[in-house]
Amino acid sequence: MHSKSTSAFSLASVLAYLGLAIVVAIIGLPLLWMVLASFKESAEIYQIPVTWIPQRPTLMNYPDAWNAVPFATYFRNSIFTTACAAGSKVLLAISCAYALVYVKAPKRLKDVTFLVILTALMVPAQVTIVPNYITMSHLDWVNTYQGIILPNAATAFGTFMLRQYYMGLPHEVIEAAEMDGATHMQRLWLVVVPMAQPAIVTVGIFAVVSEWNDFLWPMIVTNSNDMRTLPIGLFGLFQTEGMQNWGIIMAGTVFVVLPVIVLFIRTQKWIVDGIAAGAVRG
Amino acid sequence: MAVSTEAPKRKQAGWQARTEAVHAYIFMSPVILGLLLFTLGPMIISLALSFSDYNLLNDFKLIGIGNYTKLLQEELFWQSLKISAIYSVVSVPLGLVISLFLAILLNKKIRGIYVFRSMYYLPTVISGVGVAMLWKWIFNGKHGIINNLLGMLSIKGPNWLLDEQWALVALIITSVWGVGGTMLIFLAGLQGIPYELMEAAEIDGANRWSQFRHITLPLLSNVTFFNLVLGIIGALQYFTDAFVITGGGPNNATLFIAVYLWRHAFQFLNFGYAAAISWVLFLIVMLLTLLVFRSSPLWVFYESERKVK
Repeated sequence: MHSKSTSAFSLASVLAYLGLAIVVAIIGLPLLWMVLASFKESAEIYQIPVTWIPQRPTLMNYPDAWNAVPFATYFRNSIFTTACAAGSKVLLAISCAYALVYVKAPKRLKDVTFLVILTALMVPAQVTIVPNYITMSHLDWVNTYQGIILPNAATAFGTFMLRQYYMGLPHEVIEAAEMDGATHMQRLWLVVVPMAQPAIVTVGIFAVVSEWNDFLWPMIVTNSNDMRTLPIGLFGLFQTEGMQNWGIIMAGTVFVVLPVIVLFIRTQKWIVDGIAAGAVRG
Repeated sequence: MAVSTEAPKRKQAGWQARTEAVHAYIFMSPVILGLLLFTLGPMIISLALSFSDYNLLNDFKLIGIGNYTKLLQEELFWQSLKISAIYSVVSVPLGLVISLFLAILLNKKIRGIYVFRSMYYLPTVISGVGVAMLWKWIFNGKHGIINNLLGMLSIKGPNWLLDEQWALVALIITSVWGVGGTMLIFLAGLQGIPYELMEAAEIDGANRWSQFRHITLPLLSNVTFFNLVLGIIGALQYFTDAFVITGGGPNNATLFIAVYLWRHAFQFLNFGYAAAISWVLFLIVMLLTLLVFRSSPLWVFYESERKVK
């Protein structure tokens, strides 16, 4: 990390910073514009020429958005379904990957399991959505939490990723634990899980983000406001307020996006390193 | 039931193998069950549905290949194939080039690079309906910033989302904004290239471009391959942004296969027909993935092969 180029302000590093900064602007400007628009009065949003800095900043869009649709309910539903589905994805992937790598099971059993995971990786969501909806409607689970959560309770991608990571762990440590008489449960939770922490956190964050942003399935399987999650609620807000009141829509968007940004900022080092580590091994 | 210490070793081994197998079943079955019940099972069911005229009112009745023949005669189906094809052909290579470029920028060893890495990845984490909403407003012909910025350069921007020729372009631009995932995988690949190799090339007098062309690209080809496969699969399943930003319009100019499928499944409730569309989509994805895999010996360079030569 401490090569010569870090200290010297060469032309190359100035150019690099310039390039980096331009891209940051391209990424950041839309987000900045969204936040600024959420503080504008309706009249100003539709003003021409377009303004950047709100001329008469207002906070009203936030309570207006919050009251236009039941955002509190959406938040509760999103938090609950995300926690259940992501939690279950991580727990199941941790133990399934462990069995694939460290339990001496018949080879056929492992091969079949691995084949199921690989095939599931390739199936597009669109193929499974109609049958899953039919299943849910026969079970009377349309518009229920279990209806939203269960089809997302297992992850082929996360299991695959953890398996790849486990395979790179030092086998001697796990064998030593076996010699000491540790059960599988102890080996998994006291030895493997602590060592695989970066990969597990990454899988967990992926799961949380994909559940939080999931749109197609919750939209199909819910049909009343008291069961809807944030993305569906935001889409509903857009359909009722539409083009008339874009400041409210932008405030609503901030509601949906902000928790993910906060989570990301708190965990970004884990994610960026975790993916890099997983990709290099995989 | 105590196990006698004098029990033959084979018996003990057999008992151990059985407990190991039982553990394997217990540890693996939840994932297997979940995937069988909600992914692989439904895949088979949707194949069966595609040969039926099932909706929630009718009983299940097989009607042969009727859905497929009808599909092939439907103009909108071909339109949706065309749109998805154009989108994939443009957005996948464009995304690969841009994310590789960004990854190279981020691979510089300069101060604060970690902050930049996180920032570049941010759009990927917040993707979804919220950001789609934002883009819908950004592309607004009158009040959006894109046309406003163009206006500063005295260019009159099109009415993006309401213009049949520009709506798809707008969606492609949106997709490029979210290349963070691809970029990160490239970055990981770049970091795996030994520094000495670059240094040696520099000593040999190779310029930047030929270093890139003859060292970086070949050594990165397996990562490119991985990103290409993921990119194709993602592009063909593209749904949320199109659904929220344009809804397939104007005049079906952004009718992606997945949007077309959604209409038949959940607006018209033609489940059998929708299942047929989903299987056509699945087969196309499989076929293209297979093609890319088959083509890989021509352009993907693996470390192990180099050692053999």
